[in-house]
Amino acid sequence: MLEIRFHGRGGQGAVTSVELLALAAIEEGKFAQGFPSFGPERRGAPVLAFLRIDDHHIRLRCKIAQPDVVTILDPSLIRIQKPTADLKTNGIVILNTNKSLAEARQEYGFKHTLALVDANHIAREVLGVLIVNTTMLGALIRATGVVKVDSLEHPLRERFGAMAAKNFAALKAAYEKTVVEEARP
Amino acid sequence: MAKRVGIEVSLAVSHAVQLARAEAIAAYPITPQTHIVEHLSSLVANGDLEAEFINVESEHSAISACIGTSAAGARTYTATSSQGLALMHEILFIASAMRFPIVMTVANRALSGPLSIWNDHSDIMAARDIGWIQVFVQNGQEAFDHSIMAFKIAEHRRVLLPMIVNLDGFILSHVVEALEFADQDTVDRFLPPYSPWHQLDPKKPVTMGAFGMPEVFAEFKMKHQVTLMNSYDQIMKVWQEWGQLTGRAYHPVEHYKTDGAKILLLTMGCLSEVAEIAVDELRAAGQPVGLLKLRLWRPFPFAALREAVYGAELVIVCDRALSVGGAGGPVLSEVRSVLYPVVPHPKVLGYVIGLGGRDVPPEAFKEIFFQAQAEAEQEPSEEFYMYGVRG
Repeated sequence: MLEIRFHGRGGQGAVTSVELLALAAIEEGKFAQGFPSFGPERRGAPVLAFLRIDDHHIRLRCKIAQPDVVTILDPSLIRIQKPTADLKTNGIVILNTNKSLAEARQEYGFKHTLALVDANHIAREVLGVLIVNTTMLGALIRATGVVKVDSLEHPLRERFGAMAAKNFAALKAAYEKTVVEEARP
Repeated sequence: MAKRVGIEVSLAVSHAVQLARAEAIAAYPITPQTHIVEHLSSLVANGDLEAEFINVESEHSAISACIGTSAAGARTYTATSSQGLALMHEILFIASAMRFPIVMTVANRALSGPLSIWNDHSDIMAARDIGWIQVFVQNGQEAFDHSIMAFKIAEHRRVLLPMIVNLDGFILSHVVEALEFADQDTVDRFLPPYSPWHQLDPKKPVTMGAFGMPEVFAEFKMKHQVTLMNSYDQIMKVWQEWGQLTGRAYHPVEHYKTDGAKILLLTMGCLSEVAEIAVDELRAAGQPVGLLKLRLWRPFPFAALREAVYGAELVIVCDRALSVGGAGGPVLSEVRSVLYPVVPHPKVLGYVIGLGGRDVPPEAFKEIFFQAQAEAEQEPSEEFYMYGVRG
């Protein structure tokens, strides 16, 4: 089972991300759970969203305590939420940043496998708005291979209708541009 | 043809209600509500479900409107949660005493205070004695299946009682997961249109909800009691029939790895699958443990539970509600009372867990198992235990 936690801010679409990816995994015949951190979160406040993907029916009904992957939509959350504190040793950090791998490692002290993409830039260019949730899915798929890129097309169409094509384009652009570096313990 | 889908469990319930061709839905669309009625209102507005959707100003009015539409002969549905269920309270007894087969989903959540919106079973346990049929489900598939089956059970001529399908709030209601949808043909064949025994009709006036004078009140209550207990047979028939159609069989008390178990955990709702994981690990470590999942809460499955504990020395009941000042959780009190006549009866210890959205990972059940095992070897130190609660 792969357990992924999204760190975002209310309104950034972290919950939509996990739902889309859960749907894509289910379309591939896998089992998945996508769910928010339940609470009275408000726009701009730090939020979490959770995703489990497995080849079998999933019986857990609790939060993800030790994720395999953390996806950080907003780097300003790193100091507030400490997303990597409980990340598995062989886990992966996926970060939206315009920094280089070396700069990000130095600034945030990440030792895990690290995947970076400038999702803000892509979202602005492709979507015309600064909403990075679907863009970051491209980075996540690049770093984990958890589903095929094409499996997102249908869930995106169902969710976004006319806006689906742009979101899918942003996702694919992020998939191409994501850089991944192995853990540096 | 059945279809495998990924969907939020609340929306899956809406589609089950759509497939069941509900004719009247009344709901109050504000917290504590789920996406169930929100989605149903879209289905009705878009013409995907031919039903009367009545937006009311409170849950008290929602259930009152349901009584009205059910009295008029419509297949009636509503959903609520926590404070909403509490606000319905006085009318819930009237719905069952008047024998209206309303189906309601309760996404189980805590009652405030302190103010809470999170999951536990305190809402439904405070409505334990309302005289409705009540079941608990443990995942999205079961939520879907039971939402359809409930209509067939409730509307049967020998039952005619309202029914609640309990599903855990948030940790089940708000999760996107995989499940299998039944198709409309299958549901239509399984569930014929509702044919009311009596209905309000201006052409043929009847009195409904008349006084029960002291000379007859207790007889009515007795009749209600007998009917609710007798609904058991119909519940079994409907569950069997659905099992034959879908391959998914349901039982009042479900067993997980109970063969040769000396110690049994007992859970309800979607913590049951979490407990399964703990049982797998404890069994692998050689512990003689099994799990009983109490699906049917009303009518209480007396015989099935007594049979299920045969050979066990200790039953550990996990409640997701607290009866403050009482004998622990409501499930503990009932299980203890039901098992008392069993000779020799097993020890029964109770743990209250997961209140107000407290996370319950599999490790919790393992800890409870070891604590209870130690407690059972001596005179128990408490009437019941509140697991993981800071002093």
